[in-house]
Amino acid sequence: MTLLSTRGLTKRFDGLHAVEDVDFDLPEGQVRALIGPNGAGKTTFVGMLCGRITPSAGTVAFAGRDISHLPAHRRIGLGMAYTFQITSVFARLSVAENVALAARRKVRGALGVRRMVARSLARVGLEGQSGQIAGTLSYGHQRLLEIAMGLAQRPRLLILDEPTQGLSEAEITGFKALLRDLSASATILLIEHNMSVVMETADRVTVLDFGRILAEGSPAEIHADRAVQAAYLGTA
Amino acid sequence: MEFGPHLVLATLEGAVTAAVLALTAVGLSLVFGVMRVVNVAHGEFFMLGAVLAWWVTSLIGGPPALGFAAALVVAPLLVGLLAAAADMTVLKRIDYDPERTIVATIGLLYILQQVTLMTYGADARPVEPPFNTRLAIPWVTFAEGRPQLIWPWGLGTTSYKLAVIGAAAAVLAGVWLVMTRSRIGLLMRATQLDRDMALAFGIPVERIYALVFGLGAALAALAAVLIVPISQAHYLMGGDPLLLSFIVVIIGGLGSLPGTLVAAILIGLSDGIISVFFSPTLAKILATLLVALVLVFRPQGLFGLRAA
Amino acid sequence: MSGGGARSLALHGGVLALLLALHFVLPAYHHGNLARIMVLASYAIGYNILFGYTGLLSLGHALFFAAGMYGMGLAMRHAGLGPGPALAAGLAAGLAVSAAMGLLALRTAGVAFMIVTLMFAQAGYLALLYFGAWTRGDEGFVIQQAERILWGIDLSDPGNRYLAALALFALCLLATLWLVERPFGKVLVAIRENEERARMLGYNVFAYKLGAVILSGTVSAAAGAAYGLLFGYVGATFASVQYSIFPLLWVLLGGAGTVLGPLIGTLFMFYLIDLSSGVTSAYMLVAGVVLVLVTLFAPQGLAGLLRARLWRWLP
Repeated sequence: MTLLSTRGLTKRFDGLHAVEDVDFDLPEGQVRALIGPNGAGKTTFVGMLCGRITPSAGTVAFAGRDISHLPAHRRIGLGMAYTFQITSVFARLSVAENVALAARRKVRGALGVRRMVARSLARVGLEGQSGQIAGTLSYGHQRLLEIAMGLAQRPRLLILDEPTQGLSEAEITGFKALLRDLSASATILLIEHNMSVVMETADRVTVLDFGRILAEGSPAEIHADRAVQAAYLGTA
Repeated sequence: MEFGPHLVLATLEGAVTAAVLALTAVGLSLVFGVMRVVNVAHGEFFMLGAVLAWWVTSLIGGPPALGFAAALVVAPLLVGLLAAAADMTVLKRIDYDPERTIVATIGLLYILQQVTLMTYGADARPVEPPFNTRLAIPWVTFAEGRPQLIWPWGLGTTSYKLAVIGAAAAVLAGVWLVMTRSRIGLLMRATQLDRDMALAFGIPVERIYALVFGLGAALAALAAVLIVPISQAHYLMGGDPLLLSFIVVIIGGLGSLPGTLVAAILIGLSDGIISVFFSPTLAKILATLLVALVLVFRPQGLFGLRAA
Repeated sequence: MSGGGARSLALHGGVLALLLALHFVLPAYHHGNLARIMVLASYAIGYNILFGYTGLLSLGHALFFAAGMYGMGLAMRHAGLGPGPALAAGLAAGLAVSAAMGLLALRTAGVAFMIVTLMFAQAGYLALLYFGAWTRGDEGFVIQQAERILWGIDLSDPGNRYLAALALFALCLLATLWLVERPFGKVLVAIRENEERARMLGYNVFAYKLGAVILSGTVSAAAGAAYGLLFGYVGATFASVQYSIFPLLWVLLGGAGTVLGPLIGTLFMFYLIDLSSGVTSAYMLVAGVVLVLVTLFAPQGLAGLLRARLWRWLP
């Protein structure tokens, strides 16, 4: 079943086509990587999916329902979760409160929230830091906290915007394992620059270039694709 | 008086208001445009200009023109320096955070106003205009099918009022020239476009900010010196210019100098005409509501295209 | 949080008990002052809900304070209502005005929000002057002693007045304490900390902010209505810009986003202004100086300093 699809999705800024006429389908249960050179329109594209950016044209459907005109919070309520490219936690609140804010949308009752917080933090390995103020966490841990917040929403679709950016090699290895673990319970759309993460975790890969879909296929097919190589080399 | 001459009179009075308002509002707009902060104490700098003008003219004595000429130089200069000092001691230290700047300038507003009350007192004091010839204006009527020139009683203005309009226009032209043609104007515009980039290019952003804040206040003070022979100097006189400048700057589009100018002329002219038909309180109610609704529904201003 | 909960209950209960004890020992002058301070601190608590907890800086709260005061006063004066229904009318006026203001002003943010609230409040103040035939404008009007007897209690009596002010303040204080522990209060804090993140967690940020404006406006209106009823005077001064700046000043000084901050700030400023107005007519100078100093050196306010240095659990 298709969980998410777009038709003719387009965004123009002052005549510049950031995203141009994109038809995109994401089946339930898949891990899909969205890659492309800088400025290819990836963040604009996912911004339109979750309602942060209003498209110039086109539609977005989620779980068989047209959500093009729903505001962001309603789309999140339907089962999307979005983690920010630039770490965006509630820096002056505790780690546990950060996750609790995410959990309260889905779980009723203080006890249930506390359980959900504990479970989400345990899955990303932050259970020891739950009392700490989020802004004092290391950068890598703040990214993990972002993901824990995404998990606590129990989403059907988890959109991760460059989750490994700025992480160390060891942290990236840990993240790959976490991602495989997450893929059992949610459909994942992953914007990623790190090709080893894409190759090892994604089921399929979509390549965006100049706001259009350049190619789509299995990681191996994309790896071998001449056009994709050209697009990347062109910007290197 | 008939309607026609009445309208001419209201327009002339309005033109004086517009001229002074344009100077004051351009000062506020300049500060917002370059520094991205709202100076709530702007009206108090206006008030200080008027009070200093009284102080300078009464200190010098002699013919009114002499004292007034001195006030034209001294008052804006002192006010500008004071504002630059406030910028460096207060605004710089809170890193020009937009919300904290508003709170700090509210504090500044009370400090300036209340210190004036303690020193200058609660009286309104006049300043004598340097020259003040009455100029009657002719009007054309048709009597027995032939045009006839008459001089309606009460239709007229003074040479000083015309001079205020001229002086404001000249100063505004000067500001425009400085902003578009001079090196310092270029630096200001560069700072306005991108503060971090300007810093990276070695532009002394802090000094530019102090200069702009001082210049904005000096323009308000200059406007006050020009108007004080027509109205009077009083420690509470800063409220109305602040409100009107806000209206002008917001309707003209925040930070847009041409928009500010157009709005100042429009508001100044209509203020004179509206107050003929409405009570001043009702006019103010409508004006404040207009500002609020413009900000809510059209934040780029009525004339500006740029987003704030 | 658990240890903090008990300690915070003890602290705030202690403060309320102290205020009650002061009723029996204070000399008349300070007794009267403290009654005023508690009503004004309730106004500050209302302001703090929006500014301290939600992060929205309004420059127009005098409109809500005056809505409560005039809603109460005009209902008495022109509709002949008794003090109970008149208080309810004041609350209803505050609710309606804050809902209208919220719906419009919340379409803006930051500096524009500050200016829009300032302008709406100014329009309200001018409207009070314009409709002077009804409101008696600048002069205001007195509420006679006979009209200030609520449930058989004469509120013009200093002792009763003090206890009524304490009851209002206690209610507002305990309500905030309760609010900040509720999910609703926590979402407000989340919006203050990072609005976009809160939206992307699925919260309808606009609805929460509107709720905060209405709650804050209604508490402010309650304080305004109580002020008019307890001290027997309704006047346009209470709608002027100065009365929008005061709660900002009190909350900033006391500590934005702390439960006790509004009381601390109101107490300090009241006595500062009281002392300086004995010396000079330019007493608002003190307000200006404090605003600048707090902005420069103590943006977290007195209670905020306490929280940072001593009691991290302070709500």
